[in-house]
Amino acid sequence: MTDPTGGRLETALAIGALAGEDDQAALLQSVVITARAIFAAAATSVLLVEPGTGELTFAAVAGNGEQELVGRRFPPGTGIGGWVVATGMPLLLEDVRSDPRFARDAARSTNYVPTALMASPLLYGETPIGVLEVLDWLPHDERQLEALDLLGLFAHQAAIAVRVVRGAAAAQRSLAGEDAELGVIARVATRLRALDGARRESGMHLMTALEEVLT
Amino acid sequence: VLPAWSIREDEKRAVTAAAGLPETITRDWAWGGSDGAGVRVCILDSGVERGHPQVGELAESWMVTGEDGDVVADPEGIDLAGHGTACASIVRRTAPGVELASVRVLGVGSRGSGKELLAGLRFALGRGYDVLNLSLSTSRPDFLTELHAIADAAYFRRTILVASAHNLPVESYPWRFASVVSVGSHAVADPLVFYANPTPPVEFFARGVSVPVGWRAGGSMRATGNSFAAPHIAALTARIVAKHPELTPFQLKTVLSLTASNMEVLQ
Repeated sequence: MTDPTGGRLETALAIGALAGEDDQAALLQSVVITARAIFAAAATSVLLVEPGTGELTFAAVAGNGEQELVGRRFPPGTGIGGWVVATGMPLLLEDVRSDPRFARDAARSTNYVPTALMASPLLYGETPIGVLEVLDWLPHDERQLEALDLLGLFAHQAAIAVRVVRGAAAAQRSLAGEDAELGVIARVATRLRALDGARRESGMHLMTALEEVLT
Repeated sequence: VLPAWSIREDEKRAVTAAAGLPETITRDWAWGGSDGAGVRVCILDSGVERGHPQVGELAESWMVTGEDGDVVADPEGIDLAGHGTACASIVRRTAPGVELASVRVLGVGSRGSGKELLAGLRFALGRGYDVLNLSLSTSRPDFLTELHAIADAAYFRRTILVASAHNLPVESYPWRFASVVSVGSHAVADPLVFYANPTPPVEFFARGVSVPVGWRAGGSMRATGNSFAAPHIAALTARIVAKHPELTPFQLKTVLSLTASNMEVLQ
């Protein structure tokens, strides 16, 4: 029997079954936990760019701030994360001097004043969609270029996780009917899949007839 | 009748050079005794913090507002990230006599669209600065043509555009253009050690690892990245230009490459 949807919805259904918002959170949490272990860091985090507003939001945190930072937002273009996202360039900073003003700023944004910080963009193609940050890793005063390279590898992995889950989320939205155009087809396909025997055969005949009318 | 872009014999003008180029270009000839005094260096970045002890006097401070590209004065001199202040502090330390200016192309609401960068570059060209430090780049292909035109315009009007190479293996600009001085990093802790690269597109490498810098909110730290290598070359360029204002960008590149730490002149 021919699948009138050309397999597109089957694909969407498969992706929908594979990954959801919870999976994105779990994948990103896994990335920050692994990065924290590899770098022996006080804290690691992933901040994502909100597609609409451009704000940066903590999506996953391991170590210091783990409990309270997830969900906290910053205006675009501000702070070190904002610079990394706006330029797509990684940064490594050490021996951060806690000038009272600087310390106050940092504490206000993250509840923690690091001595060392590195940040690498999560790139979707060439577009930054977030930033991976590592605070106070050991030893932070040597092999800085190698540390930045390693951070870049983790950031790449995190970016792939975000891409996969966002693709799946888009497919899920279609299936849920939020995308009106594809939603109708998605809902019909879902119902067809639930049918069996003669009713399914009738349904498929109807779809084939519809296809002929539309061709 | 001559073709376009030709010159008649009676129209040609002498090209002047103060004392010509010496047979051997040395560092002492290139920038010895020069602290960059009289040269105007502009930092296009996240802004430069006015009053920061590692930056000293900031002659001018401008900011691009929004994506329509208007540029207005920023009398308070604010840096919302810290990166621009870091670049300015490197230039000040390496070429203490220069006149520093800032054009903020990244600020609140900046999402790295590239339009602010273009607007800032056009403005900086119009202001006639001698050296522009651009420790950032854009990977947006829709701005490529215009960015290329701006970089060439800078080259022809003898504004030296020093641009840092991207730290990641992505296609970005303007550092890849032949009309700019592009800079990557080495790990030697010496501001005067720089290497010429025989295999471009990156043409020079300068100190870019664990560089002492000033940061926003009166801060200071050590920073790693190509971003911090470019201001070293911008500062040396300023010192050379202060001493030899007649140099064109291609002559300046020749002087830089002949004074590079890895240059071996074959006899």
